[in-house]
Amino acid sequence: MNFDIALMLAQDGIVNGAIYALLALSTVLVFQITRVIFIPSGTFVAFAALTLAALQAGKCPATVWLLVGGGLAVAALDIHQRQWRTRGDVGAILLWNVGYPLALAALLQVVKADDWPVLAQGALCCLILVPLGPVMYRLVYAPVAAASVLVLLIVSIAVDVALVSFGLLVFGSDGMRAPSMIDTDFALGPLTITGQSLVILGTSAALIAGLYVFFEHTLEGKALRATAVNRVGARLMGIATGKSGKRAFALAVFIAVCAGLLAAPTTTIYYDTGFLIGLRGLVGAIFGGLASYPLAALGAILLGLIESVSAFEASSFKEVIVFSLLIPVLLARTLLTDDPGHEEE
Amino acid sequence: MIHPRILVLVFVAVVGVAPFVLSPFSVTILNYIGLYSLATLGLVLLTGVGGLTSFGQAAFAGLGAYSTAWLTTAYGLSPWLTLVIGLLFTLGVGAIIGFATLKLSGHYLPLATIAWAVSLYFMFGNLQTLGGHTGMGGLPPVTIGTLALSENSAFYYLIWATVIGALWLSSNLLDSRPGRAMRALKGGIDVAEAMGVNTQRSKLIAFLIAAGLASVSGWLYAHMQRFVNPTPFGLQIGIEYLFMAVLGGAGHIWGAVLGAGVVTLLKQKLQDVLPHLAGSQGNLEGIAFGLIMVLVLQRAKDGLWPWIARVAVKRQPRAIDATAADLLTREKVDTRAPLLQVDGVSKRFGGLTAVRDMSLDISRGEILGLLGPNGAGKSTMFNLIAGSLGISGGTVTFNGERIDGLRPPAIARRGISRTFQHVRLLPDMTVLDNVALGTHLRASHGVLLSALRAERKREEMLMKEAARQIARVGLGAHINDLAGSLSLGQQRILEIARALAADPLLLLLDEPAAGLRLKEKEALSDLLKSLRSEGLAILLVEHDMDFVMNLVDRLVVMSFGEKIAEGTPAEVQQNERVIEAYLGSVA
Repeated sequence: MNFDIALMLAQDGIVNGAIYALLALSTVLVFQITRVIFIPSGTFVAFAALTLAALQAGKCPATVWLLVGGGLAVAALDIHQRQWRTRGDVGAILLWNVGYPLALAALLQVVKADDWPVLAQGALCCLILVPLGPVMYRLVYAPVAAASVLVLLIVSIAVDVALVSFGLLVFGSDGMRAPSMIDTDFALGPLTITGQSLVILGTSAALIAGLYVFFEHTLEGKALRATAVNRVGARLMGIATGKSGKRAFALAVFIAVCAGLLAAPTTTIYYDTGFLIGLRGLVGAIFGGLASYPLAALGAILLGLIESVSAFEASSFKEVIVFSLLIPVLLARTLLTDDPGHEEE
Repeated sequence: MIHPRILVLVFVAVVGVAPFVLSPFSVTILNYIGLYSLATLGLVLLTGVGGLTSFGQAAFAGLGAYSTAWLTTAYGLSPWLTLVIGLLFTLGVGAIIGFATLKLSGHYLPLATIAWAVSLYFMFGNLQTLGGHTGMGGLPPVTIGTLALSENSAFYYLIWATVIGALWLSSNLLDSRPGRAMRALKGGIDVAEAMGVNTQRSKLIAFLIAAGLASVSGWLYAHMQRFVNPTPFGLQIGIEYLFMAVLGGAGHIWGAVLGAGVVTLLKQKLQDVLPHLAGSQGNLEGIAFGLIMVLVLQRAKDGLWPWIARVAVKRQPRAIDATAADLLTREKVDTRAPLLQVDGVSKRFGGLTAVRDMSLDISRGEILGLLGPNGAGKSTMFNLIAGSLGISGGTVTFNGERIDGLRPPAIARRGISRTFQHVRLLPDMTVLDNVALGTHLRASHGVLLSALRAERKREEMLMKEAARQIARVGLGAHINDLAGSLSLGQQRILEIARALAADPLLLLLDEPAAGLRLKEKEALSDLLKSLRSEGLAILLVEHDMDFVMNLVDRLVVMSFGEKIAEGTPAEVQQNERVIEAYLGSVA
């Protein structure tokens, strides 16, 4: 491996790592606020890319039907379980959970988005997919919000199995790759820097900065953090922790969708590619102990670098190397934990 | 209602005759159910019993399967030899993963197994020596003497004999000292550690047993198919095993067989029916599978078996062998020197000092009350002595030996036994089993002897002792009830029996009278007095003044983390600082 190749691998690694970092952040975010290990984050990456592909092909993406179905279920549950006091509440429940998805679905039937600018297509993807976060929280996690981390993890896996199978059902087993968002490439020394990689790095950095501002400087962000620190205490301060869960999921899915839209032009994405991408984010998050945002991001970028080197040196064992890495990371955490057992919740 | 033993006989009989009455296709299905049962049984022991989980069962099965596939085809080794090699190899890998994660919170183990299962799958798929994604064939049949088990129905008996053997070993194990230690993990490690259980070791054992069962299942699979490829050992199948355990009932060994059976048959049916509904194969099955699992976890977390057990299986009271020998008791120590000496102990949580420069001592045959308003630091002090919190300064000396800095199991081993402020029992275990957990340190028999039921004499000794303590605290009538079915007051008393079963020199009681009725309080008071007369030292944290004043020899009063008074109940009642702390100052 000479210097030029090393630079190229580093560029690749950092660009991929930036995507993993986004997923690592969404994993830490959800875990901190709800104690859920958000395995389906990767599947939303795939859904975002495949939804974008459907839009670009001038088709109505089938994910909108997932939103329609999920919204109906939420409305039915909310009304059945009396999550309302006035008629106005019922109206709001119906409007957001039934009206909005149906309106969106109807819109997608008439409008062909294939000649829209890519930014508008991306926004449309967000409109379809982001509400699935709160819907999923309400249907799947809220009923077991008090369960152990272990049960929540098994639930996450089960949801992911269902979502991936849905992906195969509606998108089929063909992969897709979106065209680059920006076609300009330019040379920097021996490197060819693609516009897309700059878009990825820029967007990731902007999202990370945005998250920082949100959590440090807005009331809503602080409320979410309070929920993460102490659920009961937050509730006593008048923070609706159920709402925090929904917000956390909306935010996490939004980040995952951004990651998916960014990754779509760089690699071929299949209905089940997301799981392995999400798992890389998770490895990064574990690097940060599922608690530290900067460490999680750092871990994810390191992972990207290691991956790009191993792809070059031993391409068929890329996944083996990347995922085996978790064991030494955990081992290091174990050896650094001197107070055994007291990490229990 | 059926007697459990009859249920077992019926099960064995049905398994025995099934190949004679069923079609070859059905026998094949039963073979798969048997293989899945083995891997799932491991998960039951790990998840339902030990409170941990793993998505790596299929990957461990893969280690067993690939070990035998490679060694029997490339080197011509006997399958029986490769069974052992594969098993040892699996246990070695399991030990590394276990060691890397077991000290961390409970969710790191499953996460590690996910990543590891994925990486192993790619490893199998890319190593050309192991046949890559196409797999490797030509495995020899398993032979017993001169009989080659190459027919499906012959192999059926090998599989199900293994399953029944594994069920037998597991149920023996659960009904024993190491088994109780494993079951105690689920109640939180605090309890297990206070009873002297080495929780890391128990976790590792549970994980290794699970891995071992999976490995055996993989070996069987390889020689049944005479062919291996990566697919049956991927993460997806690992998830499926967990689903079987959860659906069948992760808390009980029969849940493994039930779950494996139901899921396998259900999949058969779904594969027949679903394609007609959607016209495309495979994907609807996954959706159904995921959604059912979510619903089960939301609505019926204990799975199917407990539901069947309630309706169909008669719970049998555990017989106590009155002729069993008595356990050895601890050597009693010199009366005059203080048994426990706490000297200048402090505890800081970040900037907050919860306990400052506290000193107290307790002698044999003495009851010391620790009083104080809410938030005075009593429970912190209590946990510092018991070792569940580390101290920031000062010394704790017990029986002439420094014990500050020791972990709870080591402190328990030296003769300090405790109860918890918020009752910490294992509600799904009987009163007898809960108290028997307290005897953990009074015997040493381990997993192997217990699984083979070769420790019965010693086990009976523990049971007899547990029964004696239960009778002593007045819960004899409830000995076979589930601990969770008792009233709160009875549960507190049960915790005392559990603590006593450890044969302590010092008993630490955290608010034992809370939630007790008057009669129960009187009985408790009598019990503690009789324990005192036997020479036991007792430290009591309590709010109930009447109860304390009539019982204790001396009192130590804490306020804002510091000792404000010490003396006999009469002296303390007159102490102005105490009155001020409780009632506020007059000015």
